Amino acid sequence: MKRKKKISLPAHYLLMILTVLCVGGIVVSMTTNFTAVPLNYVTGYLFVPIQKAINQVGQAITSQTDHFASLKEVQEKNAELKKQVDELTVENSALAQEKYELRRLRKLYDLDESYADYDKIAARVIGNDAGNWFNHFMIDKGTEDGISVDMNVISDSGLVGIVIETGKNWATVRSIIDDASNISSMMLDSSDRCIVSGNLKLMNEEGMIEFSELKLQEGKKIEIGEKVVTSHISDKYLQGILIGYVTEIGEDENKLTYSGTITPVVDFEHLQEVLVITDLKQNKETKEEEEDDTSDKGGNG
Amino acid sequence: MKRKLFVGLLVAVCFILQNTIMNSLALASIEPNLLIIITASYGFMRGRKSGMWVGFFSGLLLDVFYGGTLGAYTALYMYIGYFNGFFRKVFYPEEVRLPMVLIALSDLIYSLAVYLGSFLLRGKFEFFYYFIRIILPEMIYTLVVSIPLYWLVLHVNTSFEKSENRRR
Repeated sequence: MKRKKKISLPAHYLLMILTVLCVGGIVVSMTTNFTAVPLNYVTGYLFVPIQKAINQVGQAITSQTDHFASLKEVQEKNAELKKQVDELTVENSALAQEKYELRRLRKLYDLDESYADYDKIAARVIGNDAGNWFNHFMIDKGTEDGISVDMNVISDSGLVGIVIETGKNWATVRSIIDDASNISSMMLDSSDRCIVSGNLKLMNEEGMIEFSELKLQEGKKIEIGEKVVTSHISDKYLQGILIGYVTEIGEDENKLTYSGTITPVVDFEHLQEVLVITDLKQNKETKEEEEDDTSDKGGNG
Repeated sequence: MKRKLFVGLLVAVCFILQNTIMNSLALASIEPNLLIIITASYGFMRGRKSGMWVGFFSGLLLDVFYGGTLGAYTALYMYIGYFNGFFRKVFYPEEVRLPMVLIALSDLIYSLAVYLGSFLLRGKFEFFYYFIRIILPEMIYTLVVSIPLYWLVLHVNTSFEKSENRRR
């Protein structure tokens, strides 16, 4: 078999040219905010519709496998859930009272902002990151729906992640359980700040994420089950979005800070619909910067 | 031309499958890497250039949708395809062991590169854990999936080659 003679570059030259292209791409995308806009458009129109369709098939498969869960399991779960409903009803009435109080206090402090007031867009999850290292997923809304990078993504129960890439009709979200995710957060009760970060190992083994550098006020103690929310000093995450509950806490070796694990409230295995908050923290801050200047908390160092 | 169309379609289909259905087929949250199978196969079946192009476009898709830094996956896949191309001289369609070894090695190198580039750099040093929990299972699963996928690619390729020979 003879090779056809064609006028073409030898393979290693081609490799060199493409390598330069890639390195150029890496440098550019690391140093600037450039994203491959034209590429994003074309690929979006090619892939998103097909992916939407196929993903439904995939979800059908998943739900089929879920059917195999045995009846006993379901009954146990049912009993457990009934108990939980009772507990929650009690908790709910307590919360309703507190809400009353809160409203009053908020008015007092003129803090009329909570995440019920944010503008949100619902989006469907249409694909998960190809591979086993990251926890990114794709949604079916993009720039034409008003989504941009750094927007917070929540589900009905709590924080899911943040938008890291957008195309015309799609966007990629990095979830909070991704190994590279770091969120400035705080304990809801005491406003003690900490860093919540995803951890691939912890997630694989126990389904949890970790928190670190928690500085406690003197005499304070954190109970298991304490709620963790995004903090007011985070530059990308809006304040007060629920992340999860403390499941483990221990003092660090330096005797100053605490760290431990958090169970996220969102069920990342079965995530199908999410809400994207279209208010960006940065925009909000520039608006309120002048007023906010004095109210910045000093902390203790 | 027909061949290029087929390869393009194959890359696209594998990318989409990887994004969607493979999540449902993941075992212990590990999914196989289809794009590596395609890239490596075209490398040792068709030579350095083919492997390089298939790798280039596979990586580019990943970069555009998930990468963050445009060019990282592209370069990685491209080099994997290119180096597989060196084995074209010792590749015979009847022999199955070499392709399997090459596909496994390619997946291993891919995983190591991802670990080095994005986990080690952030100070995650528990290599042994990642190796046992992610890299090794992914390699095995990829190998299993590569049996039907490689078979398909090989057969389509030989039928293309036959028809090309006839024309000449």
